[in-house]
Amino acid sequence: MPVTHDKVETLEPSRTGNAPSGAGIAKGYSVEHFTPIASLAGGVLIGLAATFLMGLNGRIAGVSGIAAGLMSLHGHATDWAWRLAFVAGIIATPPLLKIAGFVMPPVTFVAPIPVMGMAGVLVGFGTVVGGGCTSGHGVCGIARLSMRSIVATTVFMIAGFGTVFLLRHAF
Amino acid sequence: MLRVIGGLLSGMFFGAGLALSGMINPAKVTAFLDLAGDWDPSLAFVMLGAVATTALGYRLAFRRGRPFFDGQFSLPTRKDLDFELILGATIFGLGWGIGGYCPGPALAGLGFGARETVVFVAAMLVGMAAARGMARFIAPPANLSA
Repeated sequence: MPVTHDKVETLEPSRTGNAPSGAGIAKGYSVEHFTPIASLAGGVLIGLAATFLMGLNGRIAGVSGIAAGLMSLHGHATDWAWRLAFVAGIIATPPLLKIAGFVMPPVTFVAPIPVMGMAGVLVGFGTVVGGGCTSGHGVCGIARLSMRSIVATTVFMIAGFGTVFLLRHAF
Repeated sequence: MLRVIGGLLSGMFFGAGLALSGMINPAKVTAFLDLAGDWDPSLAFVMLGAVATTALGYRLAFRRGRPFFDGQFSLPTRKDLDFELILGATIFGLGWGIGGYCPGPALAGLGFGARETVVFVAAMLVGMAAARGMARFIAPPANLSA
């Protein structure tokens, strides 16, 4: 699997240089380049991952649901084990690929640590209340033509577009 | 045991895909969400590749009648649109726009050890636990995964 990325940089996390302003979001960020080939190929890998989880385990590859299920104390132990393996695979694979010599995309954060904490709470809370995230609703749900997932994806996309517009352009 | 292998294999492809796609970079995600700025449409290509592959893969998987490592497919059966779906998706989109991370890329980036990622994931688990705790008070425990 040749990982050819358009950007050849290190994965050392870089922080935005500008001082936080407005709602605490740094407005300055490095201009990212359009990566249609790598992004399409990455999407295909995600689709294969979803296919494997359905074909092998009969499950929707929804990251938020699977991660939240790890915190369930009254679930089945066997469910817990495959969920943990799935999450471990997601976490371990990118660093292992980097060690193996694959070039990883640069990582640039757009918000300081306290704001990332706030964003994390919103993402965790919202995905459980809404029953899914970009993977469960956005990829698997739309692939199944689920009306709930199509609506949820439309809503969180609009909310994401709106939030970035307000943070970057409204103030 | 077989289902653990299924979960691990899927998670590994998922992590590789998230890294290759560029989604582990919050600045790239917010550049996609920034329609009025220097828009980067790359994420639309991630979604296109993922949805098309999943749609084809699911057709093959369902054709077999049952998954390899389990007795049946576990699929969401709900069809109704409810307030929680809209409210949850809105809150998620808000956090996604602020931090540039959704759950998958945050986990995929965790191994690189940036404090921003660690704090985001820890906070995300807190938010998930809070929502599940609330759901137990409001409604009987249900399978909340999509």
